[in-house]
Amino acid sequence: MKPIQLRVNGQAVERDIPDNTLLIDLLRNGLDLTGTKEGCSVGVCGACTVLLDGQPVSSCLTLAVTADGCEVTTIEGLTEGDRLHPLQKAFIDYGGFQCGICTPGQIMSAKALLDENPHPSKDEIQSWMMGNLCRCTGYYKIIESIQAVADGKVST
Amino acid sequence: MITFEYVEPESLEEVLALLEQHGEDAKVLAGGTGLINLMKQRLVQPAYLIGLRQLAHSPELAEIRPNSGLTIGALCSHRTIETSALIQHRLPLLATTFRHVASVRIRTAATLGGSLAHADPNQDPPPALLVLDARLRVQSHHGEREIELSDFFVDYYETALEPEELITTVIIPPQPADTGTAFLKFLPQTHDDYATIAVAALVSLDGDTIIRARLALGAAAATPLRVRAVETALRGQAPTPQVIHAAAALVAEEVDPLADFRGSVEYKRDMAVVFTQRAIEQAVTQARGASGNV
Ligand SMILES: Cc1cc2nc3c(=O)[nH]c(=O)nc-3n(C[C@H](O)[C@H](O)[C@H](O)COP(=O)(O)OP(=O)(O)OC[C@H]3O[C@@H](n4cnc5c(N)ncnc54)[C@H](O)[C@@H]3O)c2cc1C
Ligand code: FES
Ligand code: FES
Repeated sequence: MKPIQLRVNGQAVERDIPDNTLLIDLLRNGLDLTGTKEGCSVGVCGACTVLLDGQPVSSCLTLAVTADGCEVTTIEGLTEGDRLHPLQKAFIDYGGFQCGICTPGQIMSAKALLDENPHPSKDEIQSWMMGNLCRCTGYYKIIESIQAVADGKVST
Repeated sequence: MITFEYVEPESLEEVLALLEQHGEDAKVLAGGTGLINLMKQRLVQPAYLIGLRQLAHSPELAEIRPNSGLTIGALCSHRTIETSALIQHRLPLLATTFRHVASVRIRTAATLGGSLAHADPNQDPPPALLVLDARLRVQSHHGEREIELSDFFVDYYETALEPEELITTVIIPPQPADTGTAFLKFLPQTHDDYATIAVAALVSLDGDTIIRARLALGAAAATPLRVRAVETALRGQAPTPQVIHAAAALVAEEVDPLADFRGSVEYKRDMAVVFTQRAIEQAVTQARGASGNV
Protein backbone atom coordinates (compact mmCIF):
# COMPACT_ATOMS: atom_id res chain seq x y z
CA MET A 1 0.00 0.00 0.00
CA LYS A 2 1.10 3.56 -0.67
CA PRO A 3 -0.33 6.81 0.62
CA ILE A 4 -1.06 9.31 -2.14
CA GLN A 5 -2.26 12.90 -2.16
CA LEU A 6 -3.47 14.54 -5.31
CA ARG A 7 -6.08 16.96 -6.57
CA VAL A 8 -8.85 15.60 -8.73
CA ASN A 9 -10.99 18.21 -10.48
CA GLY A 10 -9.80 20.77 -7.96
CA GLN A 11 -10.63 18.67 -4.88
CA ALA A 12 -7.91 17.38 -2.56
CA VAL A 13 -7.87 13.58 -2.40
CA GLU A 14 -5.90 11.41 0.05
CA ARG A 15 -5.93 7.64 -0.18
CA ASP A 16 -3.93 4.55 0.72
CA ILE A 17 -3.83 2.46 -2.42
CA PRO A 18 -2.23 -0.81 -3.52
CA ASP A 19 0.95 -0.09 -5.52
CA ASN A 20 -0.47 -1.71 -8.66
CA THR A 21 -3.65 0.43 -8.83
CA LEU A 22 -4.16 1.99 -12.24
CA LEU A 23 -5.29 5.59 -12.36
CA ILE A 24 -8.47 4.62 -14.23
CA ASP A 25 -9.42 2.25 -11.40
CA LEU A 26 -8.72 4.84 -8.73
CA LEU A 27 -10.96 7.30 -10.59
CA ARG A 28 -13.82 4.93 -11.43
CA ASN A 29 -13.85 2.56 -8.45
CA GLY A 30 -12.13 4.57 -5.74
CA LEU A 31 -13.64 7.99 -6.42
CA ASP A 32 -16.85 7.04 -8.28
CA LEU A 33 -15.84 9.21 -11.21
CA THR A 34 -17.27 6.88 -13.83
CA GLY A 35 -17.28 9.46 -16.61
CA THR A 36 -13.84 8.21 -17.67
CA LYS A 37 -14.32 5.05 -19.75
CA GLU A 38 -12.14 2.02 -20.36
CA GLY A 39 -12.08 0.71 -23.92
CA CYS A 40 -8.97 -1.11 -25.09
CA SER A 41 -6.89 -1.08 -21.85
CA VAL A 42 -3.68 -0.87 -23.93
CA GLY A 43 -3.33 2.82 -24.81
CA VAL A 44 -4.80 2.67 -28.31
CA CYS A 45 -8.38 3.95 -28.13
CA GLY A 46 -8.25 7.08 -25.99
CA ALA A 47 -11.52 6.43 -24.14
CA CYS A 48 -9.69 6.67 -20.81
CA THR A 49 -7.95 10.00 -21.56
CA VAL A 50 -7.61 12.32 -18.56
CA LEU A 51 -5.38 15.31 -17.98
CA LEU A 52 -2.42 14.84 -15.63
CA ASP A 53 -1.02 18.25 -14.76
CA GLY A 54 -2.76 19.48 -17.91
CA GLN A 55 -1.27 16.84 -20.24
CA PRO A 56 -3.38 14.13 -21.88
CA VAL A 57 -2.57 10.59 -20.72
CA SER A 58 -4.12 7.14 -20.99
CA SER A 59 -5.32 6.49 -17.46
CA CYS A 60 -5.33 2.76 -18.34
CA LEU A 61 -1.52 2.85 -18.65
CA THR A 62 -0.86 5.18 -15.72
CA LEU A 63 -0.17 3.92 -12.22
CA ALA A 64 -2.14 5.89 -9.64
CA VAL A 65 0.99 6.20 -7.48
CA THR A 66 2.58 8.24 -10.27
CA ALA A 67 -0.22 10.79 -9.97
CA ASP A 68 0.82 11.50 -6.38
CA GLY A 69 1.21 15.27 -6.00
CA CYS A 70 -0.45 15.95 -9.36
CA GLU A 71 -3.63 17.62 -10.58
CA VAL A 72 -5.94 15.23 -12.43
CA THR A 73 -8.79 16.55 -14.56
CA THR A 74 -11.59 14.26 -15.74
CA ILE A 75 -14.72 14.92 -17.75
CA GLU A 76 -16.59 15.57 -14.47
CA GLY A 77 -14.26 18.49 -13.83
CA LEU A 78 -15.30 20.46 -16.90
CA THR A 79 -18.77 21.61 -15.89
CA GLU A 80 -19.13 24.62 -13.67
CA GLY A 81 -22.24 23.92 -11.62
CA ASP A 82 -24.89 23.24 -14.27
CA ARG A 83 -22.98 25.04 -16.96
CA LEU A 84 -21.49 22.75 -19.57
CA HIS A 85 -18.00 23.37 -20.90
CA PRO A 86 -18.09 24.78 -24.46
CA LEU A 87 -16.66 21.49 -25.78
CA GLN A 88 -19.47 19.53 -24.12
CA LYS A 89 -22.04 21.94 -25.56
CA ALA A 90 -20.45 21.71 -29.02
CA PHE A 91 -20.47 17.89 -29.05
CA ILE A 92 -24.24 18.10 -28.37
CA ASP A 93 -24.95 20.91 -30.84
CA TYR A 94 -22.83 19.49 -33.66
CA GLY A 95 -23.67 15.80 -33.22
CA GLY A 96 -20.20 14.87 -32.00
CA PHE A 97 -21.33 11.60 -30.41
CA GLN A 98 -23.82 8.75 -30.64
CA CYS A 99 -23.34 6.02 -28.01
CA GLY A 100 -21.06 8.32 -26.02
CA ILE A 101 -18.49 5.78 -24.83
CA CYS A 102 -15.58 7.55 -26.52
CA THR A 103 -16.86 11.05 -25.78
CA PRO A 104 -15.26 11.80 -22.40
CA GLY A 105 -11.88 10.85 -23.89
CA GLN A 106 -12.54 12.86 -27.06
CA ILE A 107 -13.45 15.93 -25.02
CA MET A 108 -10.47 15.65 -22.67
CA SER A 109 -8.09 15.30 -25.63
CA ALA A 110 -9.74 18.26 -27.34
CA LYS A 111 -9.42 20.29 -24.15
CA ALA A 112 -5.69 19.55 -23.99
CA LEU A 113 -5.37 20.70 -27.60
CA LEU A 114 -7.29 23.95 -27.11
CA ASP A 115 -5.43 24.72 -23.87
CA GLU A 116 -2.15 24.49 -25.80
CA ASN A 117 -3.33 25.90 -29.11
CA PRO A 118 -6.64 27.81 -28.87
CA HIS A 119 -7.02 28.26 -32.64
CA PRO A 120 -5.86 25.06 -34.31
CA SER A 121 -6.27 24.45 -38.03
CA LYS A 122 -8.39 21.53 -39.21
CA ASP A 123 -5.18 19.59 -39.92
CA GLU A 124 -3.90 20.27 -36.42
CA ILE A 125 -7.19 19.09 -34.92
CA GLN A 126 -7.11 15.94 -37.03
CA SER A 127 -3.55 14.99 -36.19
CA TRP A 128 -4.04 15.72 -32.48
CA MET A 129 -7.26 13.69 -32.28
CA MET A 130 -5.80 10.75 -34.22
CA GLY A 131 -5.44 8.66 -31.08
CA ASN A 132 -9.09 8.91 -30.02
CA LEU A 133 -11.15 6.25 -31.74
CA CYS A 134 -14.91 6.36 -32.29
CA ARG A 135 -16.92 3.38 -33.56
CA CYS A 136 -20.18 5.31 -34.08
CA THR A 137 -20.05 8.90 -35.15
CA GLY A 138 -17.45 9.05 -37.83
CA TYR A 139 -14.84 11.67 -37.29
CA TYR A 140 -16.25 14.62 -39.26
CA LYS A 141 -18.74 15.62 -36.57
CA ILE A 142 -16.13 15.33 -33.84
CA ILE A 143 -13.74 17.57 -35.76
CA GLU A 144 -16.59 20.01 -36.50
CA SER A 145 -17.51 20.17 -32.81
CA ILE A 146 -13.95 21.05 -31.83
CA GLN A 147 -13.58 23.49 -34.73
CA ALA A 148 -16.77 25.25 -33.60
CA VAL A 149 -15.29 25.89 -30.15
CA ALA A 150 -11.98 27.02 -31.64
CA ASP A 151 -13.88 29.43 -33.91
CA GLY A 152 -15.78 30.86 -30.91
CA LYS A 153 -19.13 29.70 -32.28
CA VAL A 154 -20.27 28.03 -29.06
CA SER A 155 -21.69 29.91 -26.10
CA THR A 156 -22.75 28.27 -22.88
CA MET B 1 -2.53 -6.56 -12.85
CA ILE B 2 0.43 -8.34 -11.23
CA THR B 3 1.54 -7.19 -7.80
CA PHE B 4 4.83 -5.41 -7.18
CA GLU B 5 6.37 -2.88 -4.88
CA TYR B 6 6.66 0.61 -6.34
CA VAL B 7 9.55 2.82 -5.24
CA GLU B 8 10.31 6.33 -6.39
CA PRO B 9 13.86 7.40 -5.55
CA GLU B 10 14.79 11.08 -5.38
CA SER B 11 18.23 10.73 -6.96
CA LEU B 12 20.10 8.91 -9.71
CA GLU B 13 22.43 7.35 -7.12
CA GLU B 14 19.47 5.81 -5.31
CA VAL B 15 18.04 4.46 -8.57
CA LEU B 16 21.38 2.84 -9.39
CA ALA B 17 21.72 1.43 -5.88
CA LEU B 18 18.27 -0.15 -6.09
CA LEU B 19 19.01 -1.61 -9.52
CA GLU B 20 22.23 -3.05 -8.11
CA GLN B 21 20.39 -4.52 -5.13
CA HIS B 22 17.43 -6.05 -7.00
CA GLY B 23 18.94 -6.85 -10.43
CA GLU B 24 16.61 -9.01 -12.52
CA ASP B 25 13.76 -8.54 -10.03
CA ALA B 26 13.53 -4.81 -10.74
CA LYS B 27 12.46 -2.71 -13.71
CA VAL B 28 12.60 1.03 -14.11
CA LEU B 29 9.39 2.80 -15.08
CA ALA B 30 9.71 5.81 -17.39
CA GLY B 31 6.58 6.68 -19.42
CA GLY B 32 5.06 3.26 -18.76
CA THR B 33 3.56 2.98 -22.25
CA GLY B 34 5.59 -0.11 -23.04
CA LEU B 35 6.19 -1.66 -19.64
CA ILE B 36 2.67 -1.39 -18.17
CA ASN B 37 1.24 -3.17 -21.21
CA LEU B 38 3.81 -5.98 -20.86
CA MET B 39 3.03 -6.25 -17.14
CA LYS B 40 -0.70 -6.40 -17.83
CA GLN B 41 0.00 -9.32 -20.14
CA ARG B 42 2.30 -10.89 -17.49
CA LEU B 43 5.14 -10.96 -20.00
CA VAL B 44 7.28 -8.98 -17.56
CA GLN B 45 6.78 -9.47 -13.81
CA PRO B 46 9.10 -7.27 -11.78
CA ALA B 47 8.90 -7.54 -8.00
CA TYR B 48 10.17 -3.95 -7.73
CA LEU B 49 9.17 -1.13 -10.00
CA ILE B 50 11.53 1.83 -9.78
CA GLY B 51 9.75 5.01 -10.87
CA LEU B 52 12.03 7.55 -12.56
CA ARG B 53 9.56 10.40 -12.15
CA GLN B 54 11.61 12.30 -9.56
CA LEU B 55 14.57 12.44 -11.97
CA ALA B 56 12.51 14.26 -14.59
CA HIS B 57 14.15 17.54 -13.63
CA SER B 58 17.71 16.30 -13.39
CA PRO B 59 19.67 18.16 -16.07
CA GLU B 60 21.50 15.10 -17.30
CA LEU B 61 18.44 12.92 -17.82
CA ALA B 62 15.94 15.54 -18.92
CA GLU B 63 17.77 18.07 -21.07
CA ILE B 64 18.62 18.42 -24.71
CA ARG B 65 22.13 19.86 -24.93
CA PRO B 66 23.89 21.18 -28.00
CA ASN B 67 27.63 20.59 -28.33
CA SER B 68 29.51 19.65 -31.48
CA GLY B 69 26.63 17.22 -31.93
CA LEU B 70 23.79 16.90 -29.47
CA THR B 71 23.03 14.93 -26.30
CA ILE B 72 19.48 14.12 -25.32
CA GLY B 73 18.48 12.99 -21.83
CA ALA B 74 16.85 9.57 -21.68
CA LEU B 75 13.82 10.95 -19.84
CA CYS B 76 12.93 13.45 -22.56
CA SER B 77 9.47 12.58 -23.82
CA HIS B 78 8.75 11.91 -27.48
CA ARG B 79 6.70 15.08 -27.49
CA THR B 80 9.55 17.14 -26.03
CA ILE B 81 11.86 15.91 -28.80
CA GLU B 82 9.25 16.43 -31.52
CA THR B 83 8.54 20.01 -30.45
CA SER B 84 12.07 21.10 -29.42
CA ALA B 85 13.19 24.09 -31.49
CA LEU B 86 16.79 22.92 -31.12
CA ILE B 87 16.02 19.46 -32.51
CA GLN B 88 13.84 20.88 -35.29
CA HIS B 89 16.72 23.09 -36.30
CA ARG B 90 19.70 20.76 -35.81
CA LEU B 91 18.20 17.30 -36.31
CA PRO B 92 14.94 17.65 -38.24
CA LEU B 93 15.12 13.88 -38.89
CA LEU B 94 14.45 13.24 -35.20
CA ALA B 95 11.61 15.76 -34.94
CA THR B 96 9.93 14.06 -37.93
CA THR B 97 10.53 10.56 -36.62
CA PHE B 98 9.22 11.17 -33.12
CA ARG B 99 6.16 12.93 -34.54
CA HIS B 100 5.32 9.69 -36.36
CA VAL B 101 5.04 7.67 -33.13
CA ALA B 102 1.51 6.71 -32.04
CA SER B 103 -0.67 9.58 -30.77
CA VAL B 104 -0.04 12.82 -28.88
CA ARG B 105 -1.25 11.08 -25.73
CA ILE B 106 1.33 8.28 -26.01
CA ARG B 107 4.09 10.69 -27.10
CA THR B 108 3.44 12.83 -24.03
CA ALA B 109 4.32 9.92 -21.73
CA ALA B 110 6.78 7.82 -23.76
CA THR B 111 10.47 8.68 -23.29
CA LEU B 112 13.63 8.42 -25.39
CA GLY B 113 15.16 5.84 -23.02
CA GLY B 114 12.00 3.74 -23.21
CA SER B 115 11.94 3.95 -27.00
CA LEU B 116 15.30 2.12 -27.01
CA ALA B 117 15.23 -0.13 -23.93
CA HIS B 118 11.76 -1.45 -24.84
CA ALA B 119 13.39 -2.91 -27.98
CA ASP B 120 10.25 -3.69 -29.93
CA PRO B 121 11.56 -3.88 -33.53
CA ASN B 122 8.42 -2.10 -34.76
CA GLN B 123 9.35 1.15 -33.02
CA ASP B 124 10.19 4.21 -35.12
CA PRO B 125 13.00 6.02 -33.24
CA PRO B 126 15.61 3.22 -33.44
CA PRO B 127 16.18 3.30 -37.24
CA ALA B 128 16.50 7.10 -37.21
CA LEU B 129 18.95 7.02 -34.29
CA LEU B 130 20.91 4.21 -35.99
CA VAL B 131 21.55 6.25 -39.15
CA LEU B 132 22.75 9.13 -36.96
CA ASP B 133 25.40 6.81 -35.39
CA ALA B 134 23.89 7.45 -31.93
CA ARG B 135 25.63 6.14 -28.81
CA LEU B 136 24.04 5.46 -25.45
CA ARG B 137 25.58 6.58 -22.20
CA VAL B 138 24.71 3.98 -19.63
CA GLN B 139 25.28 4.08 -15.87
CA SER B 140 25.28 1.54 -13.11
CA HIS B 141 26.35 1.55 -9.48
CA HIS B 142 29.83 0.57 -10.71
CA GLY B 143 30.32 3.32 -13.26
CA GLU B 144 29.59 4.40 -16.74
CA ARG B 145 30.02 3.04 -20.25
CA GLU B 146 29.00 3.93 -23.78
CA ILE B 147 27.26 1.55 -26.14
CA GLU B 148 27.05 2.08 -29.88
CA LEU B 149 23.37 1.87 -30.79
CA SER B 150 24.34 -0.48 -33.63
CA ASP B 151 25.55 -2.95 -30.94
CA PHE B 152 22.56 -2.42 -28.63
CA PHE B 153 19.66 -4.46 -30.03
CA VAL B 154 19.95 -8.22 -29.48
CA ASP B 155 16.54 -9.76 -30.18
CA TYR B 156 12.83 -9.06 -29.71
CA TYR B 157 12.60 -7.02 -26.48
CA GLU B 158 16.25 -7.83 -25.73
CA THR B 159 19.17 -5.42 -25.56
CA ALA B 160 22.82 -5.28 -24.49
CA LEU B 161 21.77 -3.51 -21.28
CA GLU B 162 22.60 -5.31 -18.01
CA PRO B 163 19.77 -5.51 -15.47
CA GLU B 164 21.51 -3.00 -13.18
CA GLU B 165 22.16 -0.44 -15.95
CA LEU B 166 20.24 2.72 -16.75
CA ILE B 167 20.41 4.68 -20.00
CA THR B 168 21.10 8.28 -18.99
CA THR B 169 21.72 10.07 -22.29
CA VAL B 170 21.80 9.51 -26.01
CA ILE B 171 24.75 11.07 -27.81
CA ILE B 172 24.41 12.16 -31.41
CA PRO B 173 27.73 12.97 -33.04
CA PRO B 174 28.10 15.90 -35.43
CA GLN B 175 27.54 15.16 -39.11
CA PRO B 176 29.60 16.42 -42.03
CA ALA B 177 28.36 19.27 -44.21
CA ASP B 178 26.24 18.27 -47.20
CA THR B 179 24.45 15.55 -45.29
CA GLY B 180 20.81 14.73 -45.95
CA THR B 181 18.42 12.45 -44.08
CA ALA B 182 14.98 10.94 -44.48
CA PHE B 183 12.56 8.90 -42.39
CA LEU B 184 9.65 7.22 -44.13
CA LYS B 185 7.00 5.33 -42.21
CA PHE B 186 4.73 3.30 -44.43
CA LEU B 187 1.43 2.55 -42.75
CA PRO B 188 -1.46 2.18 -45.13
CA GLN B 189 -4.20 1.72 -42.53
CA THR B 190 -4.19 4.38 -39.84
CA HIS B 191 -1.69 7.01 -38.84
CA ASP B 192 -1.41 6.09 -35.16
CA ASP B 193 -0.33 2.49 -35.77
CA TYR B 194 3.09 0.90 -35.93
CA ALA B 195 4.66 0.83 -39.39
CA THR B 196 4.20 -1.84 -42.01
CA ILE B 197 7.79 -0.92 -42.82
CA ALA B 198 9.87 2.08 -41.71
CA VAL B 199 13.10 3.31 -43.31
CA ALA B 200 15.67 5.87 -42.22
CA ALA B 201 18.45 6.98 -44.56
CA LEU B 202 21.44 9.30 -44.28
CA VAL B 203 23.70 10.37 -47.13
CA SER B 204 26.78 12.67 -47.04
CA LEU B 205 28.02 14.06 -50.34
CA ASP B 206 31.33 15.45 -51.49
CA GLY B 207 30.48 17.16 -54.74
CA ASP B 208 28.50 14.48 -56.52
CA THR B 209 30.03 11.52 -54.72
CA ILE B 210 28.44 9.74 -51.79
CA ILE B 211 31.15 9.66 -49.13
CA ARG B 212 29.01 8.18 -46.36
CA ALA B 213 25.69 6.39 -46.28
CA ARG B 214 23.57 4.89 -43.51
CA LEU B 215 20.42 2.87 -43.88
CA ALA B 216 18.23 1.28 -41.21
CA LEU B 217 14.77 -0.25 -41.13
CA GLY B 218 12.07 -0.75 -38.54
CA ALA B 219 9.40 -3.49 -38.54
CA ALA B 220 11.72 -5.51 -40.79
CA ALA B 221 13.30 -8.14 -38.50
CA ALA B 222 13.69 -9.26 -34.87
CA THR B 223 15.61 -6.05 -34.14
CA PRO B 224 15.86 -2.63 -35.74
CA LEU B 225 17.98 -3.42 -38.79
CA ARG B 226 20.99 -1.53 -40.07
CA VAL B 227 21.73 -2.66 -43.64
CA ARG B 228 25.44 -2.26 -44.31
CA ALA B 229 25.21 -3.90 -47.75
CA VAL B 230 23.19 -0.92 -48.98
CA GLU B 231 25.60 1.53 -47.33
CA THR B 232 28.59 -0.13 -49.04
CA ALA B 233 26.84 -0.16 -52.41
CA LEU B 234 26.27 3.59 -52.21
CA ARG B 235 29.64 4.67 -50.87
CA GLY B 236 32.00 6.15 -53.48
CA GLN B 237 29.25 6.30 -56.10
CA ALA B 238 27.45 9.19 -57.75
CA PRO B 239 23.80 9.08 -56.63
CA THR B 240 22.30 8.23 -60.00
CA PRO B 241 18.88 6.57 -60.24
CA GLN B 242 20.60 3.33 -61.32
CA VAL B 243 22.94 3.29 -58.32
CA ILE B 244 20.12 4.02 -55.87
CA HIS B 245 17.85 1.44 -57.47
CA ALA B 246 20.53 -1.27 -57.32
CA ALA B 247 21.48 -0.43 -53.73
CA ALA B 248 17.85 -0.44 -52.54
CA ALA B 249 17.24 -3.83 -54.14
CA LEU B 250 19.76 -5.31 -51.68
CA VAL B 251 17.43 -4.89 -48.69
CA ALA B 252 15.18 -7.64 -50.03
CA GLU B 253 17.84 -10.20 -49.01
CA GLU B 254 18.41 -8.66 -45.58
CA VAL B 255 14.92 -8.14 -44.15
CA ASP B 256 13.13 -10.90 -42.29
CA PRO B 257 9.73 -9.43 -41.42
CA LEU B 258 6.83 -11.17 -39.68
CA ALA B 259 3.48 -11.51 -41.43
CA ASP B 260 0.70 -9.74 -39.55
CA PHE B 261 -2.39 -7.65 -40.25
CA ARG B 262 -0.10 -4.92 -41.56
CA GLY B 263 1.08 -7.10 -44.43
CA SER B 264 2.43 -10.46 -45.58
CA VAL B 265 6.14 -11.25 -45.59
CA GLU B 266 6.28 -10.77 -49.38
CA TYR B 267 4.46 -7.45 -49.23
CA LYS B 268 6.68 -6.10 -46.46
CA ARG B 269 9.79 -7.21 -48.35
CA ASP B 270 8.60 -5.44 -51.51
CA MET B 271 7.70 -2.31 -49.57
CA ALA B 272 11.08 -2.36 -47.84
CA VAL B 273 12.74 -2.04 -51.26
CA VAL B 274 10.34 0.66 -52.48
CA PHE B 275 10.66 2.78 -49.35
CA THR B 276 14.42 2.30 -49.12
CA GLN B 277 14.75 3.69 -52.63
CA ARG B 278 12.53 6.66 -51.79
CA ALA B 279 14.33 7.36 -48.53
CA ILE B 280 17.74 7.38 -50.23
CA GLU B 281 16.41 9.66 -52.98
CA GLN B 282 15.04 12.07 -50.40
CA ALA B 283 18.26 12.04 -48.38
CA VAL B 284 20.28 12.76 -51.54
CA THR B 285 18.00 15.64 -52.52
CA GLN B 286 18.31 17.08 -49.03
CA ALA B 287 22.10 16.62 -49.02
CA ARG B 288 22.35 18.56 -52.30
CA GLY B 289 20.50 21.45 -50.71
CA ALA B 290 22.13 21.11 -47.29
CA SER B 291 23.92 23.95 -45.59
CA GLY B 292 25.76 21.92 -43.00
CA ASN B 293 22.82 20.95 -40.82
CA VAL B 294 21.77 17.38 -40.61
C1 LIG C 1 -0.99 2.51 -28.22
C2 LIG C 1 0.48 2.53 -28.48
C3 LIG C 1 0.94 2.80 -29.76
C4 LIG C 1 2.30 2.85 -30.02
N1 LIG C 1 2.70 3.14 -31.29
C5 LIG C 1 4.03 3.29 -31.54
C6 LIG C 1 4.48 3.71 -32.81
O1 LIG C 1 3.70 3.96 -33.73
N2 LIG C 1 5.82 3.83 -33.00
C7 LIG C 1 6.72 3.59 -32.00
O2 LIG C 1 7.90 3.78 -32.21
N3 LIG C 1 6.31 3.18 -30.79
C8 LIG C 1 5.00 3.04 -30.54
N4 LIG C 1 4.59 2.65 -29.30
C9 LIG C 1 5.60 2.22 -28.31
C10 LIG C 1 6.06 3.34 -27.46
O3 LIG C 1 6.79 4.25 -28.21
C11 LIG C 1 6.91 2.74 -26.36
O4 LIG C 1 6.02 2.07 -25.50
C12 LIG C 1 7.68 3.80 -25.61
O5 LIG C 1 8.69 4.33 -26.42
C13 LIG C 1 8.30 3.28 -24.35
O6 LIG C 1 8.79 4.39 -23.63
P1 LIG C 1 8.33 4.61 -22.12
O7 LIG C 1 9.04 5.81 -21.63
O8 LIG C 1 6.85 4.62 -22.01
O9 LIG C 1 8.97 3.32 -21.48
P2 LIG C 1 8.45 2.33 -20.29
O10 LIG C 1 7.19 1.74 -20.70
O11 LIG C 1 8.46 3.11 -19.02
O12 LIG C 1 9.63 1.32 -20.31
C14 LIG C 1 9.84 0.43 -21.40
C15 LIG C 1 11.07 -0.43 -21.09
O13 LIG C 1 12.24 0.37 -21.10
C16 LIG C 1 12.90 0.34 -19.85
N5 LIG C 1 13.45 1.67 -19.65
C17 LIG C 1 12.77 2.86 -19.74
N6 LIG C 1 13.63 3.89 -19.58
C18 LIG C 1 14.86 3.35 -19.38
C19 LIG C 1 16.17 3.91 -19.14
N7 LIG C 1 16.37 5.22 -19.09
N8 LIG C 1 17.19 3.06 -18.99
C20 LIG C 1 17.01 1.71 -19.03
N9 LIG C 1 15.80 1.13 -19.25
C21 LIG C 1 14.75 1.94 -19.42
C22 LIG C 1 11.84 -0.11 -18.85
O14 LIG C 1 12.40 -0.73 -17.73
C23 LIG C 1 11.03 -1.06 -19.70
O15 LIG C 1 11.67 -2.30 -19.78
C24 LIG C 1 3.23 2.60 -28.99
C25 LIG C 1 2.76 2.32 -27.69
C26 LIG C 1 1.41 2.29 -27.43
C27 LIG C 1 0.95 2.01 -26.05
S1 FES D 1 -8.74 2.32 -22.50
FE1 FES D 1 -6.99 3.49 -22.26
S2 FES D 1 -6.49 4.01 -24.26
FE2 FES D 1 -8.10 2.59 -24.57
S1 FES E 1 -19.88 7.83 -29.95
FE1 FES E 1 -19.89 5.69 -29.82
S2 FES E 1 -17.80 5.23 -29.92
FE2 FES E 1 -17.81 7.31 -30.28
